[in-house]
Amino acid sequence: MSAGILATMASVAQTGIEPISGPIGIEPISAPVDGAVPTPEITWAALLPLIILGLGGLLLLTLSSLLKRKAPRALYPIWTIATAVLAVASVVPVWAKVQGFNSILWWDFRDLWWQPATTAPGPFSTLGGAYGVDGFSLFVTVLICCAVILTTLLISGYLQREELDGPEPYALLLLAATGGVVMAGANDLIVLFLGLETISIAVYVLAASHLRRAQSQEAGLKYFILGGFSSAFFLYGIAMVYGATGTTNLVLIKSSLAESIPRHDLLLLVGFAMLLVGFGFKVAAVPFHSWSPDVYDGAPSPVVAFMASAVKVAGFAALVRVFVAGFGQYAADWQPLIYALAVLSLVVGSSLAIVQTNVKRTLAYSSISHAGFILIAVEAASETGTAAVLFYAAAYTFMVAGSFGVATLVGRAGDGRHSLDDYKGLGRTNPVLAGTLTIFLLAQAGVPFTVGFVAKFYAVIAAVQAGSAALGVVAMLSAVIAAFLYLRIIVAMYMAEGDDGGSDAPADPADHIHVPRPAAAALAICVLVTIGFGLFPGWLTDMAADSTVVLVEQGSTDASTALPGGQTLIVDDEGNLVPAGDGAVAPTEASDPSADPATGDGAVEAPQVQDPAAAEGTASVERP
Amino acid sequence: MGVQIVVFAVCAIVALLGALGVVFARNPVHSALGLVATLFAIAVLFVNQNAQFLGVVQVIVYTGAIVVLILFVIMLLGVDTDEDLDTEPLLGQRWAAVIVALLLIGGIAGIFFVEGRGEAVTGQVAALAPIVPGIPSTDAQGNPTTAAGVDTFVRALPAEQQQAIGEQNITQIGEHLFTDYVFAFMITAALLTIAVIGAVLMARRPKRYEPMPELEDTSYEDVDELSTTGEVTG
Amino acid sequence: MDLMLNQFLFLGAILFCIGVYGVLARRNAVMVLMSIELILNSVNINLVAFSTMWGVASGAVFALFVIAVAAAEVGVGLALVLMLYRNMRSIDVDRVDLMKG
Repeated sequence: MSAGILATMASVAQTGIEPISGPIGIEPISAPVDGAVPTPEITWAALLPLIILGLGGLLLLTLSSLLKRKAPRALYPIWTIATAVLAVASVVPVWAKVQGFNSILWWDFRDLWWQPATTAPGPFSTLGGAYGVDGFSLFVTVLICCAVILTTLLISGYLQREELDGPEPYALLLLAATGGVVMAGANDLIVLFLGLETISIAVYVLAASHLRRAQSQEAGLKYFILGGFSSAFFLYGIAMVYGATGTTNLVLIKSSLAESIPRHDLLLLVGFAMLLVGFGFKVAAVPFHSWSPDVYDGAPSPVVAFMASAVKVAGFAALVRVFVAGFGQYAADWQPLIYALAVLSLVVGSSLAIVQTNVKRTLAYSSISHAGFILIAVEAASETGTAAVLFYAAAYTFMVAGSFGVATLVGRAGDGRHSLDDYKGLGRTNPVLAGTLTIFLLAQAGVPFTVGFVAKFYAVIAAVQAGSAALGVVAMLSAVIAAFLYLRIIVAMYMAEGDDGGSDAPADPADHIHVPRPAAAALAICVLVTIGFGLFPGWLTDMAADSTVVLVEQGSTDASTALPGGQTLIVDDEGNLVPAGDGAVAPTEASDPSADPATGDGAVEAPQVQDPAAAEGTASVERP
Repeated sequence: MGVQIVVFAVCAIVALLGALGVVFARNPVHSALGLVATLFAIAVLFVNQNAQFLGVVQVIVYTGAIVVLILFVIMLLGVDTDEDLDTEPLLGQRWAAVIVALLLIGGIAGIFFVEGRGEAVTGQVAALAPIVPGIPSTDAQGNPTTAAGVDTFVRALPAEQQQAIGEQNITQIGEHLFTDYVFAFMITAALLTIAVIGAVLMARRPKRYEPMPELEDTSYEDVDELSTTGEVTG
Repeated sequence: MDLMLNQFLFLGAILFCIGVYGVLARRNAVMVLMSIELILNSVNINLVAFSTMWGVASGAVFALFVIAVAAAEVGVGLALVLMLYRNMRSIDVDRVDLMKG
């Protein structure tokens, strides 16, 4: 009869289970009875981004050990960028599947062999329900890949300058990105934790990877100790939630919380608090921010660009996924905590940034205040809020990567010249570089016609719509304070005289900073995005609004959410997003087929998919 | 039953003493030995809780590999590096640590003794059994049945079922690993790969081994002096 | 069979707090690492206790993953410590402080 339990345990995911009947014998356990253990359904196409990133990293290492020193210097960065681009490309058909249209521009997906096996369009989950594929996770995947590309462009020149060439940083970048992508789609707390550790451990190493700079190693050790500490808190929180609900799967947790209030929900609440401590450390929210100025200061500047963009984005993605989507039922309990984190981050971040004399530390504090902005969008716990989080994350990725990209170059050989004095007179010696940095700083300050303004605008709108107008006011006040610190750097670059003499002295050729071509490309991309989406944010806001986060059980496709409805942002005639009343369905832009489910000659293959129950039935039948 | 309680008491005491040793011992080697004691006691507790496989893994991986690795590093750095425990690392840091620890223990202990809202609000016990795989309290159609018997915090399963769970622990773990958690299993592989790459990267010596001169006033000579004189910087 | 759940959770909580104290109060990086191990073990105790309570093996599986992660963390952490010691002759986390600001 042990076989009975065995079969019950194994097959529970698929069928309703029958009570164990009869006494339980003590016969030795033989091979799995009743045939085999059911293997989980795996939709490989949806995992392609992950597989490409992971395999790319491993193949890079293999290649490097085969080639030894014969590999041309450009091979590794090109390989890394190609991998990331391929990963982005592989997202496109999955995005089409999730959003429910068959083609994007001229690219028709219906006949592709790697079309996801499930017939119904819409978000789905795979790998035993452990990995959720929805607009949200795909959006974040693309963002993380963008961060990898930018970092690679920046780090290739950096490694050459610092004589640290080698394949490891690139491999670590790709594997860290794998971890980030896992975090973005994790439907299971175990998977989420492992993704978090993957990206964290890779970044600990990257932070310490300047082997000749003691500050870098110190930064690595500090980040490691505090990161490990926070991971332990996070883990304790997961254990608490597991204790309260009996499962680590977010879908099951959500349904269990919806069904009943656990008797010992204090366990659950302490779990929430512990999870938030862990997330707070990862996204550097006050009061868990103390590591970030030191680490940003000491770590190699391109790595800081990655930490500030990809790691934070992944952290916020997981935060939204767990709290907004998973624990949405308990929003009233965790919202005050996030409220406090947001206010503290906004105020402390922008006010402490002013007193810094080191540009990298200033940017670290400013990134804390940006975290506060994203947190107010998380606090809204609404679809508008999620869209605002994504838009802010996207904008922030490019702004911060650009800023630290300039810092990489200004740091010069040794990566040590980051004080405000080193930026004095930059406008005279390196006008283009100074102009680029000015754009990024203005964007971070939230000046209109930059992407930063739009991002801040939506975050505040989301907060106000969710009824926390006070939070919006705090955010705007802190933005005013923060504007001062950005202006301080700009003033130093253009107005202040250099230490060496009067402002009318001709620029010393020795002061001219050599800009490697890849780094210039990265900066150009960042400028384009910062200005381009600042002037025409419509496309990006559409994408962000389409990227809803949905928790779907394995084996069912949530067709009702396939076509995003009930959005509260609509596109007006100029292509700008404007807030609309609740329940308004977004009219999509006709000129943009990729964002419009209706124009992708909307006929979905299987007519029965409109009914979720029917879709579920078909899906489980057609499974091989 | 009686045996279980005795085993639990002994192991708990050993684990706690070992943990205190880790935190308070001056000599790092003693700390590591305390850690071994704690880990071993916890392994016995796992076996006591019918998690035999985990107990074995705990001994092999934790005590056998991790602590030995730590001991290696301690020996490599020199065993005579007793830490001066009398001087405070930062002003009041130790008291802050005590306060934080006590607050945490108070908060966590509160969970056990304070009633949650659940009962007060709904008068309903945790009716989670229907959604948890492996607990047969759903009927044939998968509809939740009443979660009778879940009226205490300690959810008492039928004795025979528990016994079966213990016996099939390894099989169950294997099945879980390769069905529900196969993705986690794969990511763990990536994680371990990253750890290896990281260790290799950091073990590499740069071509110019001499540390670069620092721009700030904190040169390496200062640090050396500090570590030899044993001064404490605030 | 009494599961002694509360006792297990309490043991886990005490171990957790000892570990937190260790991380905050010790200055030797290796000691801090060992304190983190204590916290991870307290998590494992909780997971196994809850696993028995719910009568499912998933908690034990989770504990396995925690052990694997702990191994990876220790590997990377010790490599970091060794590298720092090679360059600075000190692994005191308070003394190793070049960037105070």
